[in-house]
Amino acid sequence: MPMETKVPCSRLESVLREGHFAVTAELNPPDSADPEDVYKAAGILANVCDGINAVDASGANCHISSVAICALLTRAGYEPVYQVTCRDRNRIAIQGDILGAAAMGVPNMLCLTGDDVTAGDQPEAKRVFDFDSIQLLRTARTMRDEATFLSGRKITSPPCFFLGAAANPFVPPYDWRPQRLAKKIAAGAQFIQTQYCFDLPRFKEYMTQVRDLGLDKQAFILAGVGPLKSAGAAEFMRTKVPGVVIPDQYVDRLKKTPKEKQQEEGKKICIELIEQIREIDGVAGIHIMAYRQEELVAEIVEQAGLMPRPTSNDQNKE
Amino acid sequence: MFRWLQNYPHFLEIVYDLLEVSLHPLKRWFKPGSHSEPFIIAIEKLGKETVFGCQMCGQCILHSTGMTCPMNCPKQLRNGPCGGVRENGHCEVKPEMKCVWVEAYQRSLKMPKYGYQFASLQPPVNNQLKGTSSWINMFHGIDTDLPPGWTNTKDIPVKWVKEDFYANGD
Ligand code: SF4
Repeated sequence: MPMETKVPCSRLESVLREGHFAVTAELNPPDSADPEDVYKAAGILANVCDGINAVDASGANCHISSVAICALLTRAGYEPVYQVTCRDRNRIAIQGDILGAAAMGVPNMLCLTGDDVTAGDQPEAKRVFDFDSIQLLRTARTMRDEATFLSGRKITSPPCFFLGAAANPFVPPYDWRPQRLAKKIAAGAQFIQTQYCFDLPRFKEYMTQVRDLGLDKQAFILAGVGPLKSAGAAEFMRTKVPGVVIPDQYVDRLKKTPKEKQQEEGKKICIELIEQIREIDGVAGIHIMAYRQEELVAEIVEQAGLMPRPTSNDQNKE
Repeated sequence: MFRWLQNYPHFLEIVYDLLEVSLHPLKRWFKPGSHSEPFIIAIEKLGKETVFGCQMCGQCILHSTGMTCPMNCPKQLRNGPCGGVRENGHCEVKPEMKCVWVEAYQRSLKMPKYGYQFASLQPPVNNQLKGTSSWINMFHGIDTDLPPGWTNTKDIPVKWVKEDFYANGD
């Protein structure tokens, strides 16, 4: 079993510990200062998943900040996963934000390296990377478990986070990727959300190595999935989005489908993949990234047979 | 010019050991703030820049990173490759460059002595040491003087490295 948080505060953690196949989903961050826009985006995900990921300027495009999204979500009783990247903030800012997020009741934190600034719409920005994702994880864990900052200074009331990290099994050096996962777990990761799993044979191989190292017993692994909107979108994702690998078979399948049916086909592929991923030993759940098609998430979860969810994300509802 | 040397990490590993032994008697000249410091920095820079593209971070971990300088990674990661590596093994940020960490990994497999250290947890960079001599810092333990909150990671078991992992590598 993965190391237990001393004072568990995360519902996502409970769902996983109880042995349910978990579902998390990524929220589309609005470019807006209106909280209603955040709630609208969260509303369509709330009842079909156990955790809502708030991205930290994903793809280096700026949106409303992840810490603010999380704060808004906790107010409404949702279960946010606070994503933190090392790209934009140095260690001073990050540690402050960690305390801030915890103070606002954010229960989960996902530590990422972050896409480079050149991936976004402001490539002229300065890249920070004062931490890497592993140092960030380790620091967050120290803050939680030892109640100190990196400097050794005491924290009077430590944060309580369920700590997560990302993994990308689909890019080189392939045979070292499981070792990297081990390193992240040693640094403090309790759950893992992977990059989009389209290349299933590769993922199965990866999971075999992961099981050999016993890592699936030390952290909960959630496989990343998502519907492809069209053949064009798939082509864009695999050439322009860092780290995304989509085998030809899926792109071809979409190309052969008439334009107006491509979105439906993309959804079908996603559901098929979920069904196959569920069969793989050591996978504890899925993480749905339905970029700009968030309205499809409910259908996907439903049709993949993953409803009802063990805990409703929306506490106000029974 | 001498970058090709990096493809012989096995040899560089021996050089690394020899250098450490041979510099040891000179320890008393290796002092931060001494008159000899600028010369030591110049020599270190000349040597390591030509071979490794050294960025003079002042806390050298070359032997733990397959004799490949991690500061050449555009994100300056110290604990392994990011998730953006391209399918052909090239860098997310600079498509024309091979990912520093892909190379580092492949080279570490050829290093019988220090290769296993590729798995170790590297602390955050001390940015105050940039431009100083890592040799001087090593002799005075300056590079291993970690922030107190970075609890000793040496006691983290490194057992995830399968014993035969490096021996059978490549
Ligand atoms: S692809 Fe490799 S060299 Fe490029 S930023 Fe990522 S880890 Fe660094």
